[in-house]
Amino acid sequence: MNLEEIIQATKTYYCLECGKCTSICPVARYDPSFSPRAIIESVLLGFEDELISDRELFSCLTCYTCSQKCPADVDFPIFVREARVIAQDNGQRGICAHSGQLRSLPRLMANPDIKQRRLEWLSDKYRISDKSDVLLWVGCAPYFEPIFDDIEFRALDITEASLKILNFLGIEPKLLPNEKCCGHDMLWTGDIETFKKLAEQNAAQIKEAGVKKIIFSCPEGYRTFKLDYPSYVSLDCELQHISEFLAEKIEKGGLKFEACPEHSEGTKKKVTYQDPCRLGRHLGIYDAPRKVLESIPGIELVEVEHNREDSVCCGTSAFTNCDTYSNMVRMERLSEAKATGAETLITCCPKCQTHFRCAMVDKGEEKRPMPKIEIMDLVNLVANALGGEK
Amino acid sequence: MAEFEPRIILFGCNFCTYAAADLAGTTRIQYPPNVYIVRVMCSGMINPDYVLRAFERGADGVMVAGCHYTDCHYIDGPVKCDAMFIKLKRLVHVIGLEDERLRREMISTSETTVFARIAQEFTEQIRKLGPSPFSAVGEEVTV
Repeated sequence: MNLEEIIQATKTYYCLECGKCTSICPVARYDPSFSPRAIIESVLLGFEDELISDRELFSCLTCYTCSQKCPADVDFPIFVREARVIAQDNGQRGICAHSGQLRSLPRLMANPDIKQRRLEWLSDKYRISDKSDVLLWVGCAPYFEPIFDDIEFRALDITEASLKILNFLGIEPKLLPNEKCCGHDMLWTGDIETFKKLAEQNAAQIKEAGVKKIIFSCPEGYRTFKLDYPSYVSLDCELQHISEFLAEKIEKGGLKFEACPEHSEGTKKKVTYQDPCRLGRHLGIYDAPRKVLESIPGIELVEVEHNREDSVCCGTSAFTNCDTYSNMVRMERLSEAKATGAETLITCCPKCQTHFRCAMVDKGEEKRPMPKIEIMDLVNLVANALGGEK
Repeated sequence: MAEFEPRIILFGCNFCTYAAADLAGTTRIQYPPNVYIVRVMCSGMINPDYVLRAFERGADGVMVAGCHYTDCHYIDGPVKCDAMFIKLKRLVHVIGLEDERLRREMISTSETTVFARIAQEFTEQIRKLGPSPFSAVGEEVTV
């Protein structure tokens, strides 16, 4: 698409210049040079080249806070996404955190000839079955494991907890041994060619495996499969995030939790919940995770000041342009979480966890102390509440 | 089909490994022409993406080489490099490349024969492994 087509497709020309987007944008709150309104205005006035060569194009978190408030219904995140494709063709790629390896890995995975060793962490504790028609999407967890070793984040803990839950419910899921990256980061940074390759290979693998249902423990993968894959490949199966799956089970009465072992009768563990942008604003799933949290005895959910639609993003999307401003967004979020008096911040997204943990071990800490709070994934909390080694 | 000639990228530090390669050249010690050297200031500045990109562009093997622990011009470069290398090795393993395609060495300036021997060894090792899945098959190597 050229910019003219992007403007048509995302209804950018409807912009009223009211500035609601900029006033609510978490990046614009700290970064004075970033403004969704100014970006749209400059494009509508014909300064297209300026936008394409602007570093700030990659600062957008694509968190949908702006579009949600937009009275003219401009789809700003999609506008940014498509503009990045043009920027990518012009050599602009944004600055990728963690030395860019998180972008090289999907590009390597896009090669059809490689045979990954992504399931070596599997132990006999978990039951999986090749005949099953339920697939558990593992995603980037095996790669996050070595990369985020030093911020004490074990992404595979989330996958293992998901497996434990599924096994507990009598489901022996299938895992794809050569599953490729879902391509989320590639798509949102404008590398559409790699995204297409990844999507095609994934779709072919899923078709061949005869999968009827895919369960995700990552909102980004879920979003990509649900909203982006249909435009490129055909997938004929049911998609569900693990929180939706659990909420459904609880509703049907098929799942009961034991009280948290570390909490004696009468006391409640206070937790708060971070709505991941991909699960919340992108897909509108706010209630399922809350329902799961509320059904665990001994857990009390306290909401942060900005919750649900207004929730503040974790500060970086697709590991691009992570800077001081991103850290300020995180600080705001962590302070809010701390202010609730909760012991633990629960989230559903492995990337939220990465970014918050990374911020908490940041070296600039002495000058601006980052609030410290325990962070945990929803599935880990649920797996603990299932009790024993079942 | 022509015989497989491995393409090996060596990231060598300016003060030791690169100097060793240079000295090997001036003292006319033979080593295989398959090794392409990328000079970096210190082995501690090599980040995993350099190596991943080398693989992505079709390198059959990558070697990361620098000073010995006590020789570093920047004091703790090799320590940083080691920490990076542990992560990198795990990543390369998960992505599905053979562990032998990646090698970490410490070669000091005066160790010209050591450099030539390691270059020889590594080239043979890669030759036995065959081309990497990312290798551009049949493409002529031009320098």
